[in-house]
Amino acid sequence: MEELIKKLKVEIIEVLNLEEMEPGDIDSDAALFGEGLGLDSIDALELIVLLEKNYGIKIEDPKDGRKIFFSIRTMAEFITENQK
Amino acid sequence: MSLVIRKYCSIVNACINVDGKTAFSDPEQDGFKKFIRAAYRHFETDYPKFFKMDSLSKLGFLSVEVLLKGESISGKYPIEKTGIILTNGSSSLQVDEKHWDTIRNREQYFPSPSNFVYTLPNIMAGEAAIRHEFRGENTVLISEGFDAELIFNITDLAFKTGSLESCICGWVEQYEDNYESLLFLVEQSGHENMVEKSEEDVIFEPSTLLKIYKQEL
Amino acid sequence: MGRVVVTGMGIITAIGNNVAENFDSLISCKHGVGPISYLETSHKGEIPAAEIKLSNAELAARSGITEPDFYTRTTLFGLIAAQQAFDSGISRYDIKDNKRTALVSSTTVGGMDKTEKYYHDYLESDRYSRFVQTHNCSDSSMKICDHLGLRHTNITISTACSSSLNAIMFGARLIRHGLADRVIAGGTDALSKFTLNGFNTLMILDHEHCRPMDAGRKGLNLGEGAAYIVLESAEEASKHNKEILCELSGYANANDAYHQTASSPDGFGPYLAMKGALDMSGLKADQISYINAHGTGTDNNDLTEGLAIDKIFAPNIPPVSSTKPYTGHTLAAAGVVETIFSILAIKHQLLFPNLNFRQRIEEHNFEPIKNLQEAEINHVVTNSFGFGGNDSSLVLSKY
Repeated sequence: MEELIKKLKVEIIEVLNLEEMEPGDIDSDAALFGEGLGLDSIDALELIVLLEKNYGIKIEDPKDGRKIFFSIRTMAEFITENQK
Repeated sequence: MSLVIRKYCSIVNACINVDGKTAFSDPEQDGFKKFIRAAYRHFETDYPKFFKMDSLSKLGFLSVEVLLKGESISGKYPIEKTGIILTNGSSSLQVDEKHWDTIRNREQYFPSPSNFVYTLPNIMAGEAAIRHEFRGENTVLISEGFDAELIFNITDLAFKTGSLESCICGWVEQYEDNYESLLFLVEQSGHENMVEKSEEDVIFEPSTLLKIYKQEL
Repeated sequence: MGRVVVTGMGIITAIGNNVAENFDSLISCKHGVGPISYLETSHKGEIPAAEIKLSNAELAARSGITEPDFYTRTTLFGLIAAQQAFDSGISRYDIKDNKRTALVSSTTVGGMDKTEKYYHDYLESDRYSRFVQTHNCSDSSMKICDHLGLRHTNITISTACSSSLNAIMFGARLIRHGLADRVIAGGTDALSKFTLNGFNTLMILDHEHCRPMDAGRKGLNLGEGAAYIVLESAEEASKHNKEILCELSGYANANDAYHQTASSPDGFGPYLAMKGALDMSGLKADQISYINAHGTGTDNNDLTEGLAIDKIFAPNIPPVSSTKPYTGHTLAAAGVVETIFSILAIKHQLLFPNLNFRQRIEEHNFEPIKNLQEAEINHVVTNSFGFGGNDSSLVLSKY
């Protein structure tokens, strides 16, 4: 799980162009949206693409993203549960 | 009523000029991407969303940013009376190609929503409006090159109809490493919110726009 | 300032190839959304759209083009609709002098339909290289001018889904300030893989027939089409004894300044656009008889547009409908397509239904029109809101 969390942080920084952030700057349990990293709805869609591209997991309803992308940890848990 | 150019800003050849004086230049001359990042850092712009923008929006955004440095437009005019009128030649071609590359191959089909969002040239006007809270009229027109008459006419009409009291207008063009922008901050002389009319006021008219373009770009 | 009036119109959409056919479809609730059959895409069968049921060769034949291969679908739509507008507002009155007739057109995809087909051939052979020139957004405008013999101002606006309302607005200014005697204003956009895949990644395409202003809405259906209107001053129109279709009594554009694609939670940009157009018309909110909403069917647009409508018009919200279930969202053309529908509403004193409505959106204090209705219609507000926060509204009045 910790390995996956580390990997996710690197991937997220890259796909979301979080130019001035290092993996260490992202708290695994902090909210990614709103107050946290300040991500928005387009970022959420970009994370849906990331899940499909890198982990083969397809999300059909963007509303499901809210729970899955709450934090890096919830995202990692979701991947672990759903990866074939 | 006459319109005056309060300030202008050009970006070309790794150099940013404000009112004809160099405000930043990058001696490295190492392509658009590195240049625009260096310029962003130079002006100490604190706006992480900048890095999410496509190249055209980055150029438009930074041009507006530098143009408005030290100005307090939103304090002077009602936000719904400040507009952004831009012209451009290549539209969003660079990011269009990027988007296309992600949809043409069925095996590698991963189109990026954040790329697609930028496949509209007016998003750069939107980005500047978000940053500076401008709620006034905004438009982007496509023209083959810098067209002084076009920029003048569109802007002049928006003022004449009373839609605008201040406006950023000009030309923002970028495709890969070819880029140039020239923006003007235009206000009405004699407007109650405008500082005293001064000798230095440059009248906003097509011949002046062209003259500045030729000197700057 | 002088009054600006509409004296001609032309349109081609999925519900008809001219004004009369569009009107017939509107009153018989015949929509144009269905499985994709003309666009070559792997999403065929999965995502519906509102295509114009004519091949490029058939479109070319209708517009008298002898070299159909070298016209993009966007341009062919534009030629057909602009010609109709020209015929109904200009040649019908035997006006031959078009030295001061301008074209203000708009498009978002430009020649993308051909580019995505031949992009990879460009480097390999010269066979399709002429299309390189047709990619840019002003190609359709230039071809329309050539086709109609116009040599005056020719402008192309590209501001996403509000493009053609901005074209109309700009056209009205050219008239008001004496820069043109007549303006043909509107827009054209063909369906393309580029936009279909793009909107799909934004997850805002309904995989069934769209349901604007409905609590269960799931997104939009893309459409395609073109429409143009002829604008001129009331004096100019009366000089030629023209039938005046309506007056363009107000218009405004504003920026929502909130997000690249999403509307602000309270729809402040849409509010400013509608308010600005109303103020310019000098009308009070309760004088508006009908609102043709932008109403795309997306979660965000319909919610915030409704809130903005509520803020201006409550407690007497006029009848509202979105006609997008008929035509799909025709992007740059949407504003002018719906302007023509609004003119038809005024002309025939009929309110067109918001198809597929079932249940009111919880936050809204109104329900859209469910059935075709007769009504006294004097003033109509029509909205178009685009990505980039670009929001525009018009007020059209019975003359």
